[in-house]
Amino acid sequence: MSNSRALSDVAVSVAPGSTFGAALTLAEREVVRFLRQPHRVIGALLQPIIFWLFLGMGLRGSFRPETPTGSLPYDEYFFPGVLAMIVLFTAIFATISVIEDRKQGFLQGVLVAPVSRVWIVLGKVLGGTILALMQSLLFLALAPFAGIKLTVASVVGATLLLIILGIALTSLGFVLAWRMDSVQGFHAIMSVVLFPMWFLSGSVFPTDGAPAWLAWIVKLNPLTYGVAALRRILYVGQETAPLPASVPSLTLSIAITIGFTIVMIAWATKTASRR
Amino acid sequence: MSSVEAVTVRDVRYRYGDRIALDGVTLDVTSQSIFGLLGPNGGGKTTLFRLLSTLSPLQEGSVQVLGRNIKDDLFEVRRRIGVVFQSPSLDPKLTVRENLTHHARLYGLTRSDYQKRINESLAIVGLSDRSNERVEKLSGGLARRAELAKGLLHRPELLILDEPSTGLDPAARYDLWQYLSTLPQQGVTVLTTTHLMEEAEHCQAIAIINKGKLVAVGKPRDLRAEIGGEVVTIESKNAVELTRRLRENLGIEAETRGNTVRFEQSTGYRSLPSLIEWAEPMMESISIARPTLEDVFLKRTGHRFWGEGNDE
Repeated sequence: MSNSRALSDVAVSVAPGSTFGAALTLAEREVVRFLRQPHRVIGALLQPIIFWLFLGMGLRGSFRPETPTGSLPYDEYFFPGVLAMIVLFTAIFATISVIEDRKQGFLQGVLVAPVSRVWIVLGKVLGGTILALMQSLLFLALAPFAGIKLTVASVVGATLLLIILGIALTSLGFVLAWRMDSVQGFHAIMSVVLFPMWFLSGSVFPTDGAPAWLAWIVKLNPLTYGVAALRRILYVGQETAPLPASVPSLTLSIAITIGFTIVMIAWATKTASRR
Repeated sequence: MSSVEAVTVRDVRYRYGDRIALDGVTLDVTSQSIFGLLGPNGGGKTTLFRLLSTLSPLQEGSVQVLGRNIKDDLFEVRRRIGVVFQSPSLDPKLTVRENLTHHARLYGLTRSDYQKRINESLAIVGLSDRSNERVEKLSGGLARRAELAKGLLHRPELLILDEPSTGLDPAARYDLWQYLSTLPQQGVTVLTTTHLMEEAEHCQAIAIINKGKLVAVGKPRDLRAEIGGEVVTIESKNAVELTRRLRENLGIEAETRGNTVRFEQSTGYRSLPSLIEWAEPMMESISIARPTLEDVFLKRTGHRFWGEGNDE
């Protein structure tokens, strides 16, 4: 609609005095307001545990994903999937506020401040990523209960990967939220797009033995590679990772995840400068 | 005469899809004055507010703010204006001080700078002792004062407000206007939208906007003086018949709306006794008053201020 403004926004984006400071202050606000809403904190911590405990334990008896060297208890297989779920949903929820904030709320004031949209996006993405990282690291501490031994290397690797995934998924949430004018619409997208994106990412089941068309959907889903990278990194240093044959290699997974992240950031920035 | 314009708007048009919100608006706002944009809801004043506050992009026409073109010098304009929104823009989960701190950092102020300024502006709006309370705990009036402190924190030369007294009780509204009226002496130009006639009376100049067009611009006093004489309002159960008789018997052109009949009377109060005697059998009440801005609006648009506004 208003392309002329979008161009001028981008063009002057390096000019304003407050730049990274603006992004930092927005990210800080995101974290502080999250911590001040106890029900959000409790929900965010309990929901993944409930998912992992009940689904993992419930399916443990009837479903053992096969690996080249044997098989894997389901709760262990499901663990990295829950980590991905935490990142996905925290990231998405962090961006929902954009919808309401914009018409009436904090964002109004941000939009008329002498701050380029790039830094506003970055602030939001940083905030969502920090929240996702905090929660997923707390959950990661439970890995030994799933039979996954944590090492310094695997924790550092997983942390880096969770940060990258957090950036990608918060950016995705931002793109979706920026165009929405109601929270209801966002919920619809969540159940039609984001939920399938999660359970078709290898988080919940491996594609070994799944129909070819389904395996293809999973292969085309960028989140699949984020989940695969997480899986592989958790076993880093071990000679053979107990993983199904369908899980892509670490190098491929990391490469695609980084590519996905770059595309998402670029898309979010572009979306925001178009207002 | 040598006054500088803080805002110049030239032939601005704005549409939302097919609906025209602003249809060729041109106006000037004198520096260091209080300027009111008055109009019914849906008349276009909020759209103009959004354009001037840089929230909406300009579609057609030109806008200069503080001597800068709003399109070319967007960030420079943003740095030099303060904006107070109608709906809260403070984060309710944060304290007043935290909100102001975030605002200061968004405007690139350094820590030593903003700590002093926050204390100053909190003192000015009388919130020093509540600065560590979360905004959600403040009353509507106090929250609005905090919004004001935020809008002024980076020392803007132009403060733009959208319906600033929404949700305020009369005392808080009075306080607000007391404070706003001190700003021009400090070098700040104030531009505010309002749908309240009595607020518009506080302004040095006003523009009345209706259906996307300016219907009047000037000092409230001058605009009222245009009407000439007094406005007589008669309540009657048979208003239509009364209007007819006024025309036929007394040669007065009056306007009927529901149970009220109103007309301008240049002979003023002197004619009142005979008028009462004449209309007595048909009337419930009669009043005579100096013209208000509402009468200006009525005269210029042909309908009542609260009449046909559609929602924006």
